[in-house]
Amino acid sequence: MVKGSIAPAPRRKSRFRKTTTGDIVIIGFMLVLIALCILPIMNVVATSFSSPGAIIRQEVVFLPVEFHVGAFADVLSDSRFMWSLAWTGILTAIVVVVNLIMTILCAYPLTYMSLKGRKLISFLIIFTMLFSAGLIPAFVLFRDLNLLDNPLVLILPGMISVFNMIIMRNFFMGIPDSLKESAEIDGLGPFRILIYIYLPLSTPVLATIGLFYAVGRWNGFQDALFFLSGAPQWHPIQLLLYNILQNIVAVDALDPGATAAPGWGTSVQAAAIVIAMVPILCVYPFIQKYFVQGATLGAIKG
Amino acid sequence: MTFPGLKGSTGQRKGFAGSVRGFRAYMARNWSLYAMLTLPLLYFFIFSYLPMVNVQLAWRQNNVFASVWDVPWVGWDNFERAFSLSPFRDAIRNTLMFSFLDLAIGFPAPIVLALLLNELKMPRFKKVTQTISYMPFFLSWIIISGLAINLFSTSTGAINNIIVGWGGSTVPFLNSNTHWVFTNVFLNVWRTVGWSTIIYLAAITNVNPELYEAAEVDGASRLRKMWHVTLPGIRPVIVILFILTLGQIMGADLARFIAMENHLVRGVAEVIPTFTFRWGLQSMQFALAAAIGIFQSVIGMFLLLSANYAVRKLGGQGFW
Repeated sequence: MVKGSIAPAPRRKSRFRKTTTGDIVIIGFMLVLIALCILPIMNVVATSFSSPGAIIRQEVVFLPVEFHVGAFADVLSDSRFMWSLAWTGILTAIVVVVNLIMTILCAYPLTYMSLKGRKLISFLIIFTMLFSAGLIPAFVLFRDLNLLDNPLVLILPGMISVFNMIIMRNFFMGIPDSLKESAEIDGLGPFRILIYIYLPLSTPVLATIGLFYAVGRWNGFQDALFFLSGAPQWHPIQLLLYNILQNIVAVDALDPGATAAPGWGTSVQAAAIVIAMVPILCVYPFIQKYFVQGATLGAIKG
Repeated sequence: MTFPGLKGSTGQRKGFAGSVRGFRAYMARNWSLYAMLTLPLLYFFIFSYLPMVNVQLAWRQNNVFASVWDVPWVGWDNFERAFSLSPFRDAIRNTLMFSFLDLAIGFPAPIVLALLLNELKMPRFKKVTQTISYMPFFLSWIIISGLAINLFSTSTGAINNIIVGWGGSTVPFLNSNTHWVFTNVFLNVWRTVGWSTIIYLAAITNVNPELYEAAEVDGASRLRKMWHVTLPGIRPVIVILFILTLGQIMGADLARFIAMENHLVRGVAEVIPTFTFRWGLQSMQFALAAAIGIFQSVIGMFLLLSANYAVRKLGGQGFW
């Protein structure tokens, strides 16, 4: 029972006694939280795998009823949906590469304290975070630049997030100057120092910010809603999903409580949601530690 | 390349007197930095500063087709018209209402959760809980709206299925104004609560452990330690985040409202960004929407600067 030195023993004992009630309440609370996070997902998965009849009879809660995969067959054979999925994947890959390059090119020179004009450049960049012209001026500009209904509008206007750029710059500034100085003695110019010293040391921040951009692009749809209204073939998956879902909202809202609700439509929509959600759900547990790093990096130094 | 770096590192420290030779030497060493900055600066010029030229639309007559420069000026008419529109005043009201509800419910939630997570003694269970609680943050509002329809719809929603199964009557979670507002606020908390704990948990790890030991020696209970040690320990972070959140009360996430709304709740679902989108792009009222955009940007800038100023006054680091 009481063993060893005098000092730690009472503490251990007292902590042990307090553990029981408090901990059970906390564990219970956490289990509720986990349920709240997982049950909505289980519900949509259950709906997507349930027969339309079971959905209409309102039998589906968290497990599939009358298991069937017809809804998935329907969605996966829809060429518009599959193209949108593929296009969003391609787009996300392009955006990650382009945005990372642009963000590095912006962040790295600003780590040189001696850079003439650094203060002015920093101010001009940060000012864009404070004041934006707004939707309509951007729309008119994109019209003049022929970017409307042009897939480039999903890439070009968002190439650098100032927030991410600041995170990256702060990370670069955390790399010891002595490394830079010894490379300079070896005759390396700034660009080669970036390639051979800074980038290899910056994989955590590159991964974090690359993933920020990737998730942002995969989940983004507003730009397509605003600027691609005449080019549905370039709509990313979220906007297509939005258009699919808008129908059910209208149907449901027009006809509340109707038992004749389209069970088939509901299961197809659920399948579409599941398919659009799966990539994120598969990837996020592996990338969340980078995100955590990013969030704390931004918070502490941003 | 005759040891440009060596000269650079000593020269840079001292700073340049501004002589032509100094400038030449400086550019010889640093031209590549400016070369790297070219594309980013071009990007900011085109996509952040060029649109500011079109801000003049707000003071011109509405004309969707003509060049911005050819349309006659109308002074402050567009602003006056915006504020005389009751849908716009409603949009302002709704924006503020959601900001305050988010602040009242969504702001304390992650603090409470972080305190509880911190008290969790099982490291593996804690890790799993955290990972799962981050998940909703990675879902888009479109997906969340899809989940919400599946859960809350009156015809096929799981929650209403359960309520009806227990003999209750359906609850119009998404179809009545009040219900929709709270469903929306709740979903926003659901989406962000786990993610927002990160910063508080990071702050908690910085609390001096000796304070806990001292409190324990004084016989403090667990709750008392949370209240008297942990909370005061993270108070600076709470205050800073509170001020920064206040700085955004005139803003609203367009995706959240576009995704969640339906025509039955339009009266409470219309916020400033959705109003701008609908009136500006869908109804082609460029001038009016541009005026509203300016109004929002100016207020937003003022609030952000004030928030940043306040945070710095309190000894924290602001946005930048």
